[in-house]
Amino acid sequence: MSTSDYDPACLPDLLPIYYRRLFPFSQYYRWLSYGGVSKNYFQNREFSFTLKDDIYVRYQSFTTQNELDKEIQKMVPYKIDIGAVYSHRPSQHNTVKSGTFQALEKELVFDIDMTDYDDVRRCCSAADICSKCWTLMTIAIRILDRALREDFGFHHLLWVYSGRRGVHCWVCDDAARKLSVAARSAVAEYLSLVKGGEETARKVVLSDPIHPFINHSLSVVEHYFQQYAIVDQDILGSKESVDKVLALLPEDIKKDLTVLYKDVKDPMKRWDKLCNLVECKKSTIKKGQYFDKEIMLQYCYPRLDVNVSKGVNHLLKSPFSVHPKTGRISVPIDLKELNTFDPFEVPTISLICEELERPRADEAEEDDMKDKENEQEAGERRRIRDYKRTSLAKYVKVFDRFLEAMARSRKGEMLKKSDLQKDF
Amino acid sequence: MQFPVRRKKLIGSSQNDLYDLYDHCLQFYGQPPLENISLTEFETFAVERLKLLKFVENLGVSFGKNSEQYGKKLEAEISSLNFPHKAELSEPKVPGGISEYDKRRKDHISHFILRLAYCQTEDLRRWFIQQEMDLFRYRFNYLLSKHKADFLHKNNLKYETVSAEEKKNLQDKLIASSYGLSGAKVQEYDVYKVPFQDALDLVRTRKVYLLAGNAYIPHYEIVTIVLNDFRTRLSKALAMTARSLPVVQSDERLQPLLSHLSHAYVGQDYSIQKNIGKISLEQIDALSVKSFPLCMRHLHKALRENHHLRHGGRMQYGLFLKGIGLSLEQALQFWRSEFVKGKVDADKFDKAYAYSVRHMFGKEGKRTDYTPYSCMKVILSNPPSQGDYHGCPFRHSDPELLKQKLQNYKVSPSGINQILELVKGMHYQLACQKYFELTHNVEDAGFSLNHPNQYFTESHKLLSGGRDIKKEVDVSQKSQENPANVPRPSQANSKQAHEEMGDLDSFFQDE
Repeated sequence: MSTSDYDPACLPDLLPIYYRRLFPFSQYYRWLSYGGVSKNYFQNREFSFTLKDDIYVRYQSFTTQNELDKEIQKMVPYKIDIGAVYSHRPSQHNTVKSGTFQALEKELVFDIDMTDYDDVRRCCSAADICSKCWTLMTIAIRILDRALREDFGFHHLLWVYSGRRGVHCWVCDDAARKLSVAARSAVAEYLSLVKGGEETARKVVLSDPIHPFINHSLSVVEHYFQQYAIVDQDILGSKESVDKVLALLPEDIKKDLTVLYKDVKDPMKRWDKLCNLVECKKSTIKKGQYFDKEIMLQYCYPRLDVNVSKGVNHLLKSPFSVHPKTGRISVPIDLKELNTFDPFEVPTISLICEELERPRADEAEEDDMKDKENEQEAGERRRIRDYKRTSLAKYVKVFDRFLEAMARSRKGEMLKKSDLQKDF
Repeated sequence: MQFPVRRKKLIGSSQNDLYDLYDHCLQFYGQPPLENISLTEFETFAVERLKLLKFVENLGVSFGKNSEQYGKKLEAEISSLNFPHKAELSEPKVPGGISEYDKRRKDHISHFILRLAYCQTEDLRRWFIQQEMDLFRYRFNYLLSKHKADFLHKNNLKYETVSAEEKKNLQDKLIASSYGLSGAKVQEYDVYKVPFQDALDLVRTRKVYLLAGNAYIPHYEIVTIVLNDFRTRLSKALAMTARSLPVVQSDERLQPLLSHLSHAYVGQDYSIQKNIGKISLEQIDALSVKSFPLCMRHLHKALRENHHLRHGGRMQYGLFLKGIGLSLEQALQFWRSEFVKGKVDADKFDKAYAYSVRHMFGKEGKRTDYTPYSCMKVILSNPPSQGDYHGCPFRHSDPELLKQKLQNYKVSPSGINQILELVKGMHYQLACQKYFELTHNVEDAGFSLNHPNQYFTESHKLLSGGRDIKKEVDVSQKSQENPANVPRPSQANSKQAHEEMGDLDSFFQDE
């Protein structure tokens, strides 16, 4: 079994172990320092903690990795959120003259939450997810990752499983961290195609000319649509779901299909009929009409919360934080293995703590000797050995690779700069 | 930065120098004016520019900014307020009128005066920048090509153009991204390449091709890049102005004027609570049907049904309730009792949601006393998505669903049609006003709606006998007389503008 049964009541016992022996503090610190290029970048970063009994504390900040490590072990947060890099140390914000304490930079983030798709998924609702609807996250990641890289020119994206029902994206490029509120909101709106709340039936409207971004997104959706929507979600099966689909079509097509569907019961064939009718109609009217594509997008295209992305000071759940309800660790997702990513295989805190208890191999003994020397290094070395023995290992590797890429990129930038200045 | 009240230092400068300053009808307002003017002129210039900016704001809500009606109306207003819009300086003066040169001088000086009044808070700055941008956009678009090129040249705006080869490679993508671009146009005219951060308006609406972080902008969209520049410069300038403001405010002649100018924009914002505690929680259900505007009725119903509202809905509705007079204690009780019926237990409410309610009343965090949202704010910002119930139903609902809802609320079919016509014409506030008229059984609302709390106050006034209730004249007959036309948007628009201008004028008459 890949997940030990997780019981939220055990969290107070498991968290101390997790923070002492498994949380990858050194990589975490390396990430948020961004190579030390900006002074006090780490020191001015806001963290917020949710402690036991739902006590919430903001404006936590730390001066060194060691302090971060010690404080977290002391406070044992149930949830860790990351906020912005401010003009001053967040922990001292009350001493700063009012108005001068400001959020300066933060990663550009996206939050895709499965509940935002409740109107178009039948298998689950609210906080539940299953392998059928998880495809929506796969689609979202593929579409957004491509757009952020190819259209916006970003390179350093960290995709993280939120621990229950969604994914987060952290865009960590220098340029991304410096974006203004207006720019963040513009990026989020560029990426939004599904618009409207409870009161809107037809949430996607396409018209000529179709922007290349939409075409790219459509090809991703089309790749998954038949298996996901027609088969797994069975959107053209029951009368109730058929009616929902038909509500997105103009009257004449709706009428024709209602008649046709009396005899045609196979959902794949029903979809084909729908597409045929839309094609026919399109050829009779000059204007571009894309009802079939609109339906595909309404059922599959990523729904992101613009408000999460646009605030520079918005707090978002940290990678490697634990989800208190499911026990799952918010792990980085390896995009190379995206098709096989299974949220139910993500390790829980109980699993990895249990894995720690397994008998250690002999190589551990010599390292014990070395450890007597430097306590902090020893702690770190032990921690590194420890998580490597658990299911957390592969996810920390993904994080390592991400950090490596950023480090290489920074080095490249510095070389470019020194070339320009003709340094040797 | 120098202020108009400082001593003139143009001794020895010729008339020509001044002429050069105003040789283009449009400017970036880079250089502040350097002359003495009388207090009267100071005041008049400022008031007239403010009238113009308020006109721009109202126009933008009712008409698309690129539409013909928008252009015509704005041109008329610019003309009547004596602001520049003619391209040539030398154009003959209308007899008894003001010369183009003088109009340009007024444009220049009035802009800088309003900077003083509007630099102090984030809200004021945002408003000022938005209206100045809209005005600039209109005036820039109105210029002929050669004048546009002149403007770019004069202001040293050089934007990177795309090579012919790259244009060829990207041709199809460019055509698919920008409406109105054809293969021939791509080849013949320039395409500009700027970092996407400099073309946010086009990015936001996906009206431009993006590649590797650059936006590829066809020549006719250059106004967007210029606007972006304009906004950046103005934003920086306002921040600087704010720093020098104490010096200006110490001048007793200016301080009252400037203060009136910035308050005039806000008008009645329902930030000061009147009638606190006059409404009891038991009355809210009934009030929501009788006296709430549709948006709040909708939110209230959603709250009662789901025992929950998301952040956007809590803000919009919560602040409205504060505006109608709910005290903090009442508000806490109201929200807690409802949320507790849902998935939230009293403890969790106190920890998570109570903070946010207290925040709204200015008791937490920045201790800003948040003001209830105006119609403009509800219509233009934070559109609702899946699971949200906030926003303006006339703006954000599908017409079909809106119709059904109005039918459920027992609005007459002819009334519903009138409302839908107004919605089609994008006159959302007028549609809401019509809703007021139909639900209160009056022919004329008697006010120009621009704030949900205003709707409530007017309704309350009406229902408690403050006004005469006229019986509804045969409305169906009326709507037949105006078949496809919107009843009276243009009149109401100018009526609205006039009312607000009336307030503005009276501020200064009292001096």
